[in-house]
Amino acid sequence: MDEAPRAGTTGTAVAPADLAVELRHVHKRYTPRRSRRAPSQVVDALHDVSLSVARGEFVSIVGPSGCGKSTLLKVLSGLTPRTAGEVDFGGGTRLGTVFQQPLLLPWRTVTQNLLISHDINRRLAEHEARERAGAMLTMLGLGEFADRYPGELSGGMQQRVGIGRALMHDPEILLMDEPFGALDAMTRDQMGMDLLKIWERDRKTVLFVTHSIPESVLLSDRVVVMTPRPGRIADIIDVDLPRPRGLENINTPEFGAIVRRIRVLLNSENSAH
Amino acid sequence: MIRNEPAVAVVPQEPPPERVRRQVPGAVLSGGVLLLVLAAWQAVVRVFDVPEVLVPAPTEVLASLVAGLADGSLVEHSWVTLQEILVGFGIAVLAALLCAFLVTQSRVLDKALFPLIVMTQTIPKVAMAPLLVVWFGTELTSKVLTTALIAFFPLLINAILGLRSADPDQIDMLRSFGATRMDVLRRLQIPSALPHIFAGLDVAVVLSVTGAIVAEFVGATAGLGYVIQATNFTLDVSRTFAVLVILSAIGLALHAIVVVCNRKIVFWSAEHRTPTEQA
Ligand SMILES: Nc1ncnc2c1ncn2[C@@H]1O[C@H](COP(=O)(O)OP(=O)(O)O)[C@@H](O)[C@H]1O
Ligand SMILES: [Mg+2]
Repeated sequence: MDEAPRAGTTGTAVAPADLAVELRHVHKRYTPRRSRRAPSQVVDALHDVSLSVARGEFVSIVGPSGCGKSTLLKVLSGLTPRTAGEVDFGGGTRLGTVFQQPLLLPWRTVTQNLLISHDINRRLAEHEARERAGAMLTMLGLGEFADRYPGELSGGMQQRVGIGRALMHDPEILLMDEPFGALDAMTRDQMGMDLLKIWERDRKTVLFVTHSIPESVLLSDRVVVMTPRPGRIADIIDVDLPRPRGLENINTPEFGAIVRRIRVLLNSENSAH
Repeated sequence: MIRNEPAVAVVPQEPPPERVRRQVPGAVLSGGVLLLVLAAWQAVVRVFDVPEVLVPAPTEVLASLVAGLADGSLVEHSWVTLQEILVGFGIAVLAALLCAFLVTQSRVLDKALFPLIVMTQTIPKVAMAPLLVVWFGTELTSKVLTTALIAFFPLLINAILGLRSADPDQIDMLRSFGATRMDVLRRLQIPSALPHIFAGLDVAVVLSVTGAIVAEFVGATAGLGYVIQATNFTLDVSRTFAVLVILSAIGLALHAIVVVCNRKIVFWSAEHRTPTEQA
């Protein structure tokens, strides 16, 4: 079962057994509490979003700022309630979220930051959790920083810890909201490759929000293209480039063709509004 | 940035030659200035032969201080005032933290109380001291309550701001791991509040000294405020100054305790967190 079955663009083709998550006609409307008198404040952040993601699939979500990408992840993780529609988790509901900022707690050491989900949930015995944290740090190349505080780490290292913290939770689905958005270009490329390695190792389902089209193509099985006002899915593009992939893929014509296709899609959708 | 990295690494060119010069420690500098001022004071008093009942020379103040400490009278009065300060401050801390907790945890209490709290900010709390003396007498209670009242509000405001200062994204992060409200409070909101609470403690501890003295002015039979009034009456100005010295020593010591606790407990904010943009 190496190849996860691909979902069609309508998002309904995944066999139930292989389903990680399915969204059916999900709507999200933000209604600010204070301004009942000003209905213009109402934002339709998600409009009729349907998407199904197979277990082990790497799906990216691209689209201009404000098109509802973060909202989509927050609806999935339950951080914000949806207005209408259904969300169906086939593979289990344990989610791990990686945010744009590392959001490490500065009074906790790197290890203690990794253990935050353990402190909240206590799914493992103390020594097991600690061993796991140690192994995680080694995998992230941060072994020697175990007892340092976040303030002593570079931005890239901090975000590695942020990713490790989500993985410590042993999530069925990894939700990543522009996780490399705050990093410089070189660190960003490196982190993308590291993420691919991690993904190829344990094949977690990944939902990856980014504003970089090449990044989305390089990493994903499929790219969900979203458009704003109201936030909806314009199209879902299959990326049938062979794996394992590396940065050298970026210069191939196939890669360029997919990037161009997404760019055209985004541009046409933008000018249509 | 790793902590031990030399700061020079950030500067591309231009080695700054002046900056390399060894810096005189601040304590030595201000100590020197203090000595200079005292010397000038002594000189002026001696040269112009200022009478002791107006302005005593530093040496006369020192003599009075030593005498007062030696015969035990200043020690006794200091102990009375220190008790008032510490008990009043302690009550203020407990009450302020409890109120801040209630206001930040309950939307109803917040709406009902927060405007009132802001309004009471404008009342000069020392004006309450005479009332408290009428109600509770000239013993310890009225002093402790005046002190607590004065120290309470800055603590309360800072604690409320502190408990609200948690980064909403951090709250989302914890909630994404299934954190309950209690988890968020314990693991994020309280630690985030600590720097603000310590800022409040620092203001409050100095205000408690003021509170105790004001309360003693209004009506007391012992304490440093009482001594100030009594010596003013008998024109023993050297002794009045000696009491001022003791009061600043108490204030400084309490401030220093807060600063040290702050550095120990809120170690991360002293560390100057590195901005996350940096790779
Ligand atoms: N908590 C909120 N309250 C009101 N409006 C919001 C809130 N969060 C997001 N929005 C609005 O919803 C839209 C989508 O936001 P978001 O999901 O953050 O977009 P993206 O992540 O794609 O940039 C935007 O117009 C934004 O202003
Ligand atoms: Mg976003």
